[in-house]
Amino acid sequence: MLKHPTDSARRDKEDALRHLAIATGLLAATQAAADTPVLSVYTYDSFNTEWGPGPAVEQAFEETCGCDLQFVTAGDGASVLSRLRLEGARSEADVVLGLDTALIGAARESGLFAPVTVKADYALPIPWQDPEFVPFDWGYFAFVGLKDGPMPTSFVELAESDASVVIQDPRSSTPGLGLLMWVKQAYGDAAEDIWEELADNIVTVTPGWSEAYDLFLDGEADLVLSYTTSPAYHLIAEGDDSKIALPFEEGHYMQVEVAGMLKSSDQPELAQQFLQFMVTDAFQSVIPTTNWMYPAVEPDAGLPEGYMTLMEPAKPLLMSAEEAASVRDVALDEWRRALSQ
Amino acid sequence: MAGRAAALAILTFLLVPLGAVFWRAGGGAMPDVHDWAAVRFTLWQAALSAVASTLLAVPVARAVARRRFPGRGALIALMGAPFILPVIVAVIGLIAVYGRGGLVNDLLGLACLPPPGDGRPRCLSVSIYGLHGVVLAHVFFNLPLAVRLILQGWLAIPAERFRLAAHLGAGPGDVQRLLEWPMLRATLPGVVLIVFAICLSSFAVALTLGGGPRATTVELAIYQAFTYDFDLARAAMLSLVQLLLVTGAGLLALRLGRTEGFGAGLDRRIDMLPPGGRALWLGDAAWMTVAALFLLLPLGAVAVRGLSGLAEMPPSVWGATGNSLAIALSATLLTVSVALALALARRGWVDLAGMAPLAASPLVLGTGLFLLINPVARPVDWALVVTLAVNVAMALPFVLRIVLPAAQEVERSYGRLADSLGMRGMARLRWLILPRMRRPLGFAAGLTAALSMGDLGVIALFSDPDKATLPLTVFRLMGAYRTEAAAGAALLLLVLSFGLFLIFDLGGRGAATR
Repeated sequence: MLKHPTDSARRDKEDALRHLAIATGLLAATQAAADTPVLSVYTYDSFNTEWGPGPAVEQAFEETCGCDLQFVTAGDGASVLSRLRLEGARSEADVVLGLDTALIGAARESGLFAPVTVKADYALPIPWQDPEFVPFDWGYFAFVGLKDGPMPTSFVELAESDASVVIQDPRSSTPGLGLLMWVKQAYGDAAEDIWEELADNIVTVTPGWSEAYDLFLDGEADLVLSYTTSPAYHLIAEGDDSKIALPFEEGHYMQVEVAGMLKSSDQPELAQQFLQFMVTDAFQSVIPTTNWMYPAVEPDAGLPEGYMTLMEPAKPLLMSAEEAASVRDVALDEWRRALSQ
Repeated sequence: MAGRAAALAILTFLLVPLGAVFWRAGGGAMPDVHDWAAVRFTLWQAALSAVASTLLAVPVARAVARRRFPGRGALIALMGAPFILPVIVAVIGLIAVYGRGGLVNDLLGLACLPPPGDGRPRCLSVSIYGLHGVVLAHVFFNLPLAVRLILQGWLAIPAERFRLAAHLGAGPGDVQRLLEWPMLRATLPGVVLIVFAICLSSFAVALTLGGGPRATTVELAIYQAFTYDFDLARAAMLSLVQLLLVTGAGLLALRLGRTEGFGAGLDRRIDMLPPGGRALWLGDAAWMTVAALFLLLPLGAVAVRGLSGLAEMPPSVWGATGNSLAIALSATLLTVSVALALALARRGWVDLAGMAPLAASPLVLGTGLFLLINPVARPVDWALVVTLAVNVAMALPFVLRIVLPAAQEVERSYGRLADSLGMRGMARLRWLILPRMRRPLGFAAGLTAALSMGDLGVIALFSDPDKATLPLTVFRLMGAYRTEAAAGAALLLLVLSFGLFLIFDLGGRGAATR
């Protein structure tokens, strides 16, 4: 989930158009719009930006569905889930896009999601079997820094160095939660000690990935928690090879991003249709160069060239959804205790 | 009649949500170690902010009290500005001055040390995030308030005593020991407590500059319980904690503090002889310059950045501006009407009802309202209505303090005459009360409009991507790091808040001098 630091200029444009339509009283236009079924997709901020996958996905899906696909953003991935739980069965969302392996447990527990059947030939590093959630991309978490900046090779080395780092809040952000799981799986009972050691390296804890990455780009910190795929963005989109992802000895935690359909949806067929569309080439082929993650299904054209240069973790880490759900509260407690010192 | 009805409406509006909070908090959530950390941080940052604001205010107030110079009135007026300045605007200004890419760090960057060995050059830098940022913002808002309060203390020392001291040949040191120090000892504890009580309910500052586990206030923890954990029981429990903190500090402050927190009449001429000596003169000038720059630089930064950002603003800003204006104007009409009804009721408990909202913080009320609305409707659909209602409740105590003395004065002077003429109800209001009270009513309306326009509190709990106020839009643009657009919208907010205040205030004055 990588995006450029520009917010939804597109939605702004839509806003402007909508206002214009209302102002000039184009009754016919609004009438026609009212007849088109609306599919409301809740997602994280960076997905639906001018630079993110949102616009391309919307256009491609609307060509086939005869519907109006509307993205609604609500912060980072974990905030999206909170928002849904807050709204409960009254939510207007039909589909939620942008939860991940560490959140699936909590999402399932909420009882808000409906079973789906989607068939695909996944290119995931793990076998995928889930009755409710459909994967759309994946990646490894990593600290991203500058080639001529500090380059610690493990959490211990990072904690001992004076490198500054921005991370995300695990309660609102999926990368933040991923980092929590990463440290927990690598260090188990010693995780809290690692966090205590890291506390003085952490400049600030942001609510979402976007804020953290932008702080890093602004030079507020040496390192930022992001993905091994983040340097591909700078390489391909900006021709800039100065950003690198640091390989860590402990291994790298994996994230599979998923979408699901809500029980309360008033467009269940359309929602199901969208989830199936999500694993087709029209969706998957834009992922590597807009969301800057590995696609869940190999695109027909393969991966873009810059992806060949990316760091490949020697030791992938991942907890099952059940495991992640069971350690989350303990790990979160440790994290909060260590960082509030 | 109207007064009692209004008082009952306010008490209902406060007590029913609080009842919902009590009821939900009884659900069993107990404060855990993190909640206590939030309580500790809340108390600690409030204490630091209060002490820093007060101590820095003493030399500034002394300089303003004993020097005469052109622009003195403007400096005192500037000290009143932060009260109606939207918090989010101040935060943007402070980031522009003290943030990583800001003025102060640019200056520090000039003094970079050469790299040791092959490392990168080591530069000094300050960070605005965390405790120091929160305290800095609080000092920005409360230093001026403290200066005005302490200035009142100075002006309350009878001028004859200064003259007598001069006759007796007392130097600046003696004046300090015999006249100023006893006054400060009597005044400062109250000032510290007022600022402390204000900083306890800090939400928007903690939301923007704090946040991590190390810098979470109780108000922010309530917000996080909503948006991060969807834990309503915890939000209710934290609301209860916050209620106790604010009520406790508020009662203490009321006992110790002078309560005229703002208002006119500070620019009185005082026959205090300025002490001689170039060093003292330079010292006073330096304190006043630093204080003025401290307040003006962030505002100037918002203006400069905002002008270039106006073109970058997304169209959604205009919708939000419309929402904010509608809320601010409705809140003004409602608050002033309610305050007037309360003030004219001539019953003690009715006035007290108007002061009651001081005990409830916006997020506590918001939590209660959310708990009430959630079972029957989508809370986001009620976001703007709830914001309006909470704005009215929050502005009411201030407005009442302005309107009440004026209403009492009118009744004392003309009440009997009006009674003997049988002037009651609307006729009395139209021909006696309103014409006589235009000036305080204008000032009160200006304050309410500006406070409501700039409020960023309860709307954050009920927010919806499509429904925002202007301050929330500025906050969201900041979150998306659209710095230019955020500065543009902040400038718009600044102009609207101050503009509304001036229109109402001048309107009241113009009509009064007719």
